[in-house]
Amino acid sequence: MVMGSSQIWSPWIMDDIHAKAELGRYRIRGFSSFQKVTHFDDLTFLSTGLTRFPLEGYKERCNTRTVIGARNAENPLILETPIYISGMSYGALSANAKVALGKAAAMVGSASCTGDGGMLPGERAASDKLIYQVLPSRYGFNPHHLLDAQAIEIVVGQGAKPGTGGMLMGVKVQDDVAEMRDLPLGIDQRSPARHPDWLGPDDLAIKIEQLREATDWQVPVHVKLGACRVDDDVKLAAKAGADAIVIDSMLAGTGASAEVLLEHSGIPTVPAIVMAREALRELGLYGKVSLIASGGIRSGADAAKALALGADAVAIGLGALIALNCNKEIPESNFQEEVGVPAGYCRFCHTGKCPVGIATQDPLLMARLDPDEGAERVANFINSMTMEMTLLTRSLGKGDVHSLEPEDLAALTLEASAMARVPLVGTNKVFGE
Amino acid sequence: MGIFENCSIRFAGSVGYYAASLLDGPEVVIEGNAGWAVGDNLMNGKISVTRDAGASAGSTMRGGELFIGGNAGARAGISMKGGSLVIGGNAGFLTGFMMQKGRIIICGDAGEALGDSMYEGTIYVAGNIASLGADATVEPMSEDELIDVLAILESKGITDKRSFTKVVSAKRFYNYDSLERLEKSAL
Repeated sequence: MVMGSSQIWSPWIMDDIHAKAELGRYRIRGFSSFQKVTHFDDLTFLSTGLTRFPLEGYKERCNTRTVIGARNAENPLILETPIYISGMSYGALSANAKVALGKAAAMVGSASCTGDGGMLPGERAASDKLIYQVLPSRYGFNPHHLLDAQAIEIVVGQGAKPGTGGMLMGVKVQDDVAEMRDLPLGIDQRSPARHPDWLGPDDLAIKIEQLREATDWQVPVHVKLGACRVDDDVKLAAKAGADAIVIDSMLAGTGASAEVLLEHSGIPTVPAIVMAREALRELGLYGKVSLIASGGIRSGADAAKALALGADAVAIGLGALIALNCNKEIPESNFQEEVGVPAGYCRFCHTGKCPVGIATQDPLLMARLDPDEGAERVANFINSMTMEMTLLTRSLGKGDVHSLEPEDLAALTLEASAMARVPLVGTNKVFGE
Repeated sequence: MGIFENCSIRFAGSVGYYAASLLDGPEVVIEGNAGWAVGDNLMNGKISVTRDAGASAGSTMRGGELFIGGNAGARAGISMKGGSLVIGGNAGFLTGFMMQKGRIIICGDAGEALGDSMYEGTIYVAGNIASLGADATVEPMSEDELIDVLAILESKGITDKRSFTKVVSAKRFYNYDSLERLEKSAL
């Protein structure tokens, strides 16, 4: 046996114990889970051969237009791509980052989402289609803003920290962030985990009615769930009247979360989508209530697989931030000096020291992010993802990304077969059934 | 709900959930009882309920004035961010939970866990307090505050309450006790 080779007491685990021995509390960090779990890479598409014809890659049309929330809303959300930008707060992110994301969404005909902490005027102005979140904290919640949104999203939980509220360290609770949230300057904000005005699913139905009446049934009402007890939660949200359900998996990103929740709660994206699809199908609401998947969507392949498994759209958070330069050394930054790790390893969004100006409230750091250039990068990324999706879809002989289906997929591992409920490659068996 | 004009509305009788919610401007009188979350997220204006209110009265209200003539249920003034909530009778469990700003005046008794985890804002109680919530504490009330509170109550026709217990945040939970190296260096 070689000293230091333990799989159980790895250097990483020992370092963690050393840190907690000094700290005396749970650790906090940003980014996303580091757990190795079944993901979209464990699935592969079965493109065409002799049994069906492909469409010409760059010539024949492939539809990406996506309609979300047509169940009850007079004006459902109509997106030119099934990829939109998920809720990330002004506070966790800088104003430049929020404006860049809103602008990028508008450039690709898609939507962005406010996040906790209220509606930032700059993002509202930049984004054509803005989703307004209703969170347990209700920081900055304003009925005027409710009427100025293209969709409403009631957040029950988020994948990076299901069962808890938002978190924003005092270094970021400054100036207008504190003012918009009505919080004392510099406090370590630990938001409520429960909504103030409703408790269970029956009350949620009444809350949805309240928001519908206030917005005159014009815009869809989404319900966002951290993916845990997906079957029950999706059924309850759908029965409460949600027009769309956002299922946010354990692989979702965050600007700050207790590490123990990031790593040890929730389920991965692949089974979350499948369970949500089946829950809706059981109620006869699959195809009527829109299903949006988020958490670990990194490419057009991931997005296409999510749609094949049953999602109507995907929401990206961390992917969009990486397109904005998260974890990339730029001329103005020095990751090693500023956060103590090289670019590619940073997970310190919660400290507000973001070397590329995204997850910070420091004006000098924020100036490192040009919102126009950033918007272009994010728009390019979403366009690339959309093209990847259409390329895959055409290779499967289909002219609409919404025609992708589980039958188009096979699993590369036993676990993925069981979770995605598709056959393992080389067999005709769906394992676990 | 969702009315942003300066108008007057009168309900001759009791109302259900979310009555007079998401308002900015109106004056509303409810002659009877109100269900859950009356005055939810009030921005500005005046709401008056002559009898009792259910749970979460004035939840997340940000301005204006909500008056409950009778008793208020659990979680009145929860996550309140401004304005005044005046309760003529008793207030239930967890009143003022995670309150951020504004003022709650309770003429009767307050239930358990009053002001639990409140950030800022002030709660005045004329009667007994069953128990204070986590991080809530009692502090002396100034004469100016007393004059303010008495003036508000007088405007509601309440003149028999002359002394109050003032409850505020002890601010012990504002920040984590310890920080990691990089967290410290950010401050």
